Amino acid sequence: MAERVTIFVDGRPIAAERGATVAAAMLSAGIRAFRHSVSGEPRAPLCGMGICFECRVTIGGEPHRRGCQTLCQDGLEVSTT
Amino acid sequence: MSAPAIVVVGAGPAGVAAACRAAGCGRRVVLLDDNPAPGGQIWRGDRQQRWLARLADSGVEVRCGTTVSGLELPGATTILATGARELFLPFPGWTSPGVTGAGGLQALIKSGFSIAGKRVVVAGSGLLLPAVASLVRKSGGSVVLIAEQTSAMNMAAFAAALLSRPEKLAQSAEAALSLLGVPYFTRCVVESFDGGRVRLRRGNAIFECDTDYLASGFGLVPNTELAALLGCRLLAGAVEVDEFQQTTVAGVYAAGELTGIGGVEKSLVEGEIAGLAAAGAVDEARALFGRSRRARRFSAALNRAFALDGGLRALPRDETLVCRCEDVSHSRLKGLASWRQAKLHTRCGMGPCQGRVCAAAAQFLYGWNDQSPRPPVFPVPAGLLADPGSFEGEPT
Ligand SMILES: Cc1cc2nc3c(=O)[nH]c(=O)nc-3n(C[C@H](O)[C@H](O)[C@H](O)COP(=O)(O)OP(=O)(O)OC[C@H]3O[C@@H](n4cnc5c(N)ncnc54)[C@H](O)[C@@H]3O)c2cc1C
Ligand code: FES
Repeated sequence: MAERVTIFVDGRPIAAERGATVAAAMLSAGIRAFRHSVSGEPRAPLCGMGICFECRVTIGGEPHRRGCQTLCQDGLEVSTT
Repeated sequence: MSAPAIVVVGAGPAGVAAACRAAGCGRRVVLLDDNPAPGGQIWRGDRQQRWLARLADSGVEVRCGTTVSGLELPGATTILATGARELFLPFPGWTSPGVTGAGGLQALIKSGFSIAGKRVVVAGSGLLLPAVASLVRKSGGSVVLIAEQTSAMNMAAFAAALLSRPEKLAQSAEAALSLLGVPYFTRCVVESFDGGRVRLRRGNAIFECDTDYLASGFGLVPNTELAALLGCRLLAGAVEVDEFQQTTVAGVYAAGELTGIGGVEKSLVEGEIAGLAAAGAVDEARALFGRSRRARRFSAALNRAFALDGGLRALPRDETLVCRCEDVSHSRLKGLASWRQAKLHTRCGMGPCQGRVCAAAAQFLYGWNDQSPRPPVFPVPAGLLADPGSFEGEPT
């Protein structure tokens, strides 16, 4: 059994497998808007591999982190923008 | 003082093979990759993989989570194996949540996204589409259909070329079998996506279907930014190399998708050659030339079979965004003469992705050929800069 961890997205607890990325855990939890574009459109991961920056969120207080390049750790605080 | 380390950038099949072969020659090797774990696009996190097991025993110093900007590369021998990214082409609705890349969805599933119980339309072009569809099904999702833009005739010509590569044929047959029951339409493109409804065109027929996700990708483009920054000459969007995988810059080698899209076997053999050549094992490298020539022939057949249809240029409407970082629409770009003009007048390609998504799309849509990389502004860990000659910085 894979170990479970909990991350918090905009304050809401989300269970994830250790080793999953933040982007994967957020999508699995049904989160549709990771960020809003310069003209206000909701956006979600496109490339899954660190290229497009559509998955950027604030992680542990640090803005503009790519959710698809960050692994879930227990207690990690994430906020969408 | 020991000989300076050989630096390998990119830990996909090409970089891993290069690093293992160079280390096997007794050289100190540092392998850098921006992803959280080695494996590149295909082996992403797969611990069972034979080459990754070999890497673990090779003595190669592996540093993941490290984006290489090119500016801190030491004068030491360097092997570039930065792979490829997906080509995304804009169509109405492509910026909506629910639309991912084809390889994009595959990468997300491999990194823990649960697709179980969801419906997926897979669209675009290339061998990646059936691979993604097969992963979706294996992971408990359902595939509504696969929409491939190329014609059945092009595919047939490709299948004929495959007959000389029995192991490839077996792989495709396997993918086909596991997809039994999934409609695979050729000459079929997604015209739009709107709130879970996909509109498709097949020949002259238009039809619609519902889906939770649309995974759309039009093949791959080499990640040439770093090579270009180092001064390596490019040819048709890929890095130019000789038979030893040596680029036009002395001491800089390139291998894998970076030298032309061709799949995992091409990446492996080119990586092995580059690793051996960089370590000075010239005869051993030469012994692999036959294999690499065969891989290149396969690559050429692949690229012919999935060549993009010019009709795809008609997909974006005036208001469809082309640059997703700065929200620049098709109407603002289509009258411009060059990439340079587009950047100057619209900020196209000036956002966080620095044109990694829109530049290739713009090149296809508008025929602009003047893209040039500017030094990336990705942060570089201080440890990497501390002692570039020996790479003795903090391991990441
Ligand atoms: C999204 C995607 C999915 C794919 N899925 C499949 C598949 O299922 N089956 C298949 O046969 N082929 C697949 N391919 C094709 C795949 O490219 C090859 O099969 C194979 O992985 C190529 O190996 P490579 O070593 O040349 O490149 P890659 O595997 O792409 O490895 C390149 C590595 O370099 C890293 N990198 C790039 N630039 C930098 C930098 N500046 N600094 C640090 N690191 C950097 C990348 O993060 C990556 O880990 C896929 C390709 C893509 C883009
Ligand atoms: S999904 Fe593209 S960078 Fe994360």
